[in-house]
Formats: sequence, C-alpha cells, structure tokens
Amino acid sequence: MEQKIDEGLRSELQKQGIWVTSMQELYNWGRRSSIWPLQFGLACCAIEMIATAASRYDLARFGGEVFRPSPRQADLMIVAGTVTKKMAPQIVRLYNQMPDPKYVISMGACAISGGPFKQGYNVLKGIDRYIPVDVYIPGCPPRPEALLHAFMDLQRKIDGQKLTGAGKADHLKKTQASEFPVPEFGEHDLEPPANPQIFHPPEIEGA
Amino acid sequence: MTPEPYFFLLIFIGVAFVFPIAPLVLAWLWRHFFQPAKPGAAKNATYECGVESLGEAQVQFQSQFYLYAIIFLIFDVESIFLIPFAVAFTGLPIGAFVAILVFLLLLFEGLVWAWSKGCLNWAK
Repeated sequence: MEQKIDEGLRSELQKQGIWVTSMQELYNWGRRSSIWPLQFGLACCAIEMIATAASRYDLARFGGEVFRPSPRQADLMIVAGTVTKKMAPQIVRLYNQMPDPKYVISMGACAISGGPFKQGYNVLKGIDRYIPVDVYIPGCPPRPEALLHAFMDLQRKIDGQKLTGAGKADHLKKTQASEFPVPEFGEHDLEPPANPQIFHPPEIEGA
Repeated sequence: MTPEPYFFLLIFIGVAFVFPIAPLVLAWLWRHFFQPAKPGAAKNATYECGVESLGEAQVQFQSQFYLYAIIFLIFDVESIFLIPFAVAFTGLPIGAFVAILVFLLLLFEGLVWAWSKGCLNWAK
C-alpha cells in the first residue's frame, strides 16, 4: 500500500518546476503549519507564552500565532503554569471540548509534576494524570525559546503521523477516545487522583 | 453568434453555489474516509470556559431591579464629575468648591430620599 516516490526523481522533477507530493504530506504540512493554540494561561509560564506569541519571539513564524479563545477552534493546548486541583476539571473539560486532532504541550515544571508546589495540598502533580501530553518542556518558567523548541518538536511529530495503515495517527482511529473523564472534587483529593488508562509514571527500580 | 450578455450572471450563480458547498463536501468525504467523527457529552456541551453550564441562557431579571439600576446610574455619572473635581482640587476657587459641594449634597439628599422611600429594600 505504501507507495513512496523516489527521492532522486522527486528532486529532479522539482528542478523542472513540478512538485510531487502525497495526500499525507499535504495533510500534515497543512496541519503543522497552522497549529492554533487555545488561549489560556495559568501562571507565570503564561507570561513566557505571551512573550513567545509577541513580536520579539514571534510564534507566527511557525504558524501558531492564532490563539483561539474557544476550544472549538483550537488544535493545541499549552498548559502554561501551575494546575491547581480546583482548575484541573476545567482543563480536562476544555481538552474534551477541543475537536480532533488535538495536542497538548505541558509547559514548565508545574504542569509536568507540580514543580515547586508538588508538596502542596492544592496543586495537581502533573496534568498528564488526566490528559495525554505530547511534548513536555522543563523549566521554571521555560524561556520562549524552549516553547518554540517544543512547538517545533510538535511539528515534527505531526509530520510523522500516518494517514493510513496500521500505524496511523490516533485521532484517525475509530476506537481511540477523544474525551477523557473529568475528575470530580472528592473529600480530600480529586476523584480519581489520576486516570489509570493514560497515567503511567516511571517506576523506580528496586523500590 | 454573440454570447448572451447576462450569461456571466449564470456563471456567478454557479460559482456562488460551488464555493461554499465544495469545502463542506470535502469535509464530509474526509470524515467518511479518513477521520471518523467522535462526538461526546463534553464535546457537544455548551462552552462555558471549561465550567459546566447551569440553567438556561434566557434568564429574566425581576422588574424591581430597575430602581437599583437607576440609582446606580446616577452615582455612576457622579463619579465621572468627581474625577475632574479631584484632579483640579488644589487650584479651585471657593465658588467652584461650593458648587461641587452643592452638587454632592443634592445627590446625597437623593440617596437619603430613595432610602427612606424604601427603594433599597428588595420588593418581593
């Protein structure tokens, strides 16, 4: 099924002004060149995200400057900042409301693991407990360059997604869930504290 | 044979139909062949900044609210007059100062009057 055009022939044709492409490449090119992030910030990382979108770092160079105020039009969720337990259900619900294909960048130490507030009683210890994260950016907060790097990583990931076949992208599979259960406020913690289907923390050997 | 002078209108009508319909058809084909639709309870729910929506959108306010609205409006306008007064406070002649005091007194009287009439009590 997989028909790949010979790279030599392709560049030869290109020299003659004929551009050969495949549906998959065209599709991925379009998607990676117009990643619209959802416009919301949670803490100080959001300031770096704003700086990334503004003129000095200029996220528009990568096609990602169109921050959408509605999840209906967004492709990318940048979880920029500390996710409190009060905020977590809203974030999961917003993620659920985004149309497929959707991606998540977990920006900064807080969104990854709770960061400096990990020992606190009210901070979620990582947004990957409830929604699948595509790219993690370490830092506290990460600089705009780091966010740009994550953005480029995401573009590379989108570029590699298959349109057909067994290894096709998750959002194209009929059985792949598009929504994840929204946690509820329990007596002491969010219920459930993590979604066991997607949360697989690395285990320490010998522990 | 000369072409019909209004023939281009027909072409325009055709384009006007095809232009919006083509993307819809493309999207439908795309959904059919590649990306299955995945509706869900949260996805189809009303967007309320991530919070679950409560009740209806067509909420009616009680008519008693207009008294509050009018009093609010008066004092809202008063604050607009008070800002230039505060800015020019040190350079004001005594006459202007007295004038603004009279203005404030009138409004204050109005508030006392409205209060004594029971306008600030919520009528059930």
